[in-house]
Amino acid sequence: MPERRARAGRSRLDGKLDRIREAEEAGLLEHARGSRALRKMLGNRLSLLGLAVFSAIVLSALLAPWICRYDPQKIDLRSVLRPPSAAHLFGTDKLGRDIFSRVLHGGRISILVGLGSALGAAAIGILLGSYGGYKGGPADRAFLRLSEVFMAFPQIILVLLLVSIVGQSVSNLVLIFVATGWGSIYRMTRARMLSIREEEYVQALRAFGLPDLLICYKHMLPNALGPIMVNITLSTAMFILQEAALSFLGLGVPLEIATWGNILNAANDINVLARYWWIWLPVGSVISLFVLSVNFIGDGLRDSADPSQLG
Amino acid sequence: MAAEAPLVSIRGLELGYPVRSGLFKRVVGSVRAVAGVDLDIRRGETLGLVGESGCGKTSLGKAMLQLERPTGGEVLLDCGGARRDLCRMRQGELREARRRMQIVFQDPYSSLNPAFTIYGSLEDAMRRYGLATRAERRRRLGELLEAVNMRPEHMDRYPSEFSGGQRQRIGIARALSADPELVVCDEAVSALDVSIRAQVLNLLLKLKAERGLTYLFISHDLSVVEYVSDRIAVMYLGRIVELAGTEELYSNPLHPYTRALLSAIPIADPDRARRRIVLEGDVPSPVDPPPGCPFHPRCPDRVEECSRVPPALRTHMIKGEAHAAACHLAKE
Amino acid sequence: MEGETLVRVRNLRTYLYANGRCNKAVNDVSFDVRAGRTLCVVGESGCGKSVTAASIMQLLPPLARIESGEIAYRSAEGELRLDRLPRNGRAMRSLRGRDLGMIFQDPMTALNPVYSIGFQIRESLRYHTRLGAPARRAKAIELLADMGIPLPAQRSGEYPHQLSGGMRQRAMIAMAMACEPKVLIADEPTTALDVTVQAQVFDLMERLKRERGTAIMLITHDMGVVAELADEVVVMYMGNVVESGTVREVLKSPAHPYTRALLGSIPLLGRGRSQRLEPIRGSTPDPFDRPPGCQFAPRCPRQEPACDAGLPPEVEVSAAHRVRCLFAKEGRDGR
Repeated sequence: MPERRARAGRSRLDGKLDRIREAEEAGLLEHARGSRALRKMLGNRLSLLGLAVFSAIVLSALLAPWICRYDPQKIDLRSVLRPPSAAHLFGTDKLGRDIFSRVLHGGRISILVGLGSALGAAAIGILLGSYGGYKGGPADRAFLRLSEVFMAFPQIILVLLLVSIVGQSVSNLVLIFVATGWGSIYRMTRARMLSIREEEYVQALRAFGLPDLLICYKHMLPNALGPIMVNITLSTAMFILQEAALSFLGLGVPLEIATWGNILNAANDINVLARYWWIWLPVGSVISLFVLSVNFIGDGLRDSADPSQLG
Repeated sequence: MAAEAPLVSIRGLELGYPVRSGLFKRVVGSVRAVAGVDLDIRRGETLGLVGESGCGKTSLGKAMLQLERPTGGEVLLDCGGARRDLCRMRQGELREARRRMQIVFQDPYSSLNPAFTIYGSLEDAMRRYGLATRAERRRRLGELLEAVNMRPEHMDRYPSEFSGGQRQRIGIARALSADPELVVCDEAVSALDVSIRAQVLNLLLKLKAERGLTYLFISHDLSVVEYVSDRIAVMYLGRIVELAGTEELYSNPLHPYTRALLSAIPIADPDRARRRIVLEGDVPSPVDPPPGCPFHPRCPDRVEECSRVPPALRTHMIKGEAHAAACHLAKE
Repeated sequence: MEGETLVRVRNLRTYLYANGRCNKAVNDVSFDVRAGRTLCVVGESGCGKSVTAASIMQLLPPLARIESGEIAYRSAEGELRLDRLPRNGRAMRSLRGRDLGMIFQDPMTALNPVYSIGFQIRESLRYHTRLGAPARRAKAIELLADMGIPLPAQRSGEYPHQLSGGMRQRAMIAMAMACEPKVLIADEPTTALDVTVQAQVFDLMERLKRERGTAIMLITHDMGVVAELADEVVVMYMGNVVESGTVREVLKSPAHPYTRALLGSIPLLGRGRSQRLEPIRGSTPDPFDRPPGCQFAPRCPRQEPACDAGLPPEVEVSAAHRVRCLFAKEGRDGR
């Protein structure tokens, strides 16, 4: 009786373990070469899909001038509000501009804003966070408080405020995103460095009398980078969404430059929303796809760094 | 008795941490991890430092190396006849002094930087110590690795490729890379399996003989300390309670704490049935040490005086050898 | 009932799975845990001693599996095959705590920090016994007093972080002993403690064995602990039992080269610098790249080609002494 129950209790996991065991006993398995994190990343289907979608969108945005037949800014009043067709893949907008071309060209700006802001915020956050976490002191405390102030203030209002002060432009938008976004990476880097500081190899470097900057940025920082990379990926997605939201409100990039948010901006009209779906649906889908794919990549990176899973 | 000046003289060394409490983290007191220690380390000896966790033995080692800045006292290093106080040195001078004193750590897994190869994590330190070219540094590191029974080609591997014992040997090679006179071994074998521990202990003894090193050997394991040390200091609550030659300490412990410690060590020999002296209670908190002798609440032999007067570390001459104990009842 | 076998382990194999590989962590292990006796399982890290304990308690990680062999527990109702009970089923849960108690190496992580010590003991009593609330309260305090904790009534309301290391370990033993289990499995219970506190915990365990006839299985890496506490000892290396027997037999006339080498590589207190330690050469093999036969062969001074032919069988060198070595008998005569 218990024998039978044990049989019935066998799960799919048991079958999988059986196969591993057989392979092991046959001497088929060897020590995996190369990076375990890389292998796990490649084994994660969702993040591979993410990577594929991400590369497709980035590549077509980069190659936009060669792919598109139309100038994204060219107004053609003879063909306004045409639905999708062979001539205009995603149709045309109220001014007769080709939406497909605008989406691809807009992607260049949107991705630039997203990635640029994320990298800029990371650069500042890492620079301050590493040294702050390692050395501490009054400067570190001041930056910590400053980042708390930024994080405690509703970000969108802060951004609106800054936009109205410095004016609308792509570079201003990136600057504003960096100014409001460095806090989270700063705090994360700082926390990692605080724990790495206690590792004995850091003490050994200090016992050699090596300069602090060398210890901090050369020897400690590489060990903190894993989670920071995940954070950079995820904040890229966040900044792209913010750009879209701001531009939709008419406060992001100046309206004459095509970005994903500015294309969506045309849909802030109930008439367009109800009758001309091709103006907002394709670009909305591209934004969602891009953000989703970046998030999948981020999840894959995070999982591959987690040793507690069956690889 | 000691004709030669000691390599390091520690005088009244104190290391305290502020204790903060309450909503605004106000300083309400301080923990004296090291509470006024005097200790001489003679050139060429192995001085064992034993005690239980929290007794301040690691803090003493780190304060001596200035890895933690002492809050009081002096650490006098013999610099060609002149004695210089490390605690009062400026950063630049201290960097030079540090080359002469190195440390081997306990945890083989956190003591090597996982992001660099062995060569990569050591090259900056070796450049500092005057090996200007890459070829010189690689040759020197190769020699060091051979000295710790590893192969020179190991220098291009990452720490994750080594076992605990190998990592510990690399840690020793690292300490030797500065060509130090004094090496502090902070629980250097405690995290290792017994079969590997013996390898590392014998290696430490061999290196000492070859290079004329001086060791401060910090450990909680008395049998290991006994195996390597010439003299042993026993610490309790930040103070040294007994200091004597190894044989003398084991055959004739004067302090009741040393006696209890010795009796509590399990020995791998079923014939040696011994009476364990089981102490009452636990080590008191260093935040609030007891008045008088710090050991008196647990001491089986305490007298009235012990709770009032802290005993000084007095040196007795036994069989022509100095034996110091901080106990009112210690007799020769 | 002293000497009665309470837990019988026969040919136990428990494999661990990770990263698509299979680690034969416990490979053919047999021993008995007897009432009123202490069995010490001794070995270095990675030898499979903790996995063996976790197999008995069915507290294995999800990616670990008992492949074959038997673990039998003699309960009041007859013999129970622990290896066949569902891991987290009702039967196994009610055995844990009531019949089989376990204490762990690190009391700080084994006790729940958000509940008081007394509450955690009472929980166990509530689940396993029919005592009413006042009786449970009294029993919890009595247990703490039994374990030598001063001011037990006050301590029972305190939280783990308020206690010192030794006190926490005693509180954990009190918890494990709450329902008077017949078997106590202790996985390195004093490794995290200082020697003077370790002596206190040993005293306590000796008393449990003597006064309550508890069967104790003690897992340790310290031969000194074995000599102090064990009645019987099992020496493990790389998943195998290499030598087992009474403590005197194994420690005084070790027959396996590994046991001999292990004993030769620890400094004995009192011998000082006159002793010469003989380290075992090399290091423990990679568990995924094991030697084909005897696991100790690559490091063994007595190694011969025959050692690699397959795992050597267990040989009985005397009534209470079994050794897994081809040269077990000869090694004995040679000494």
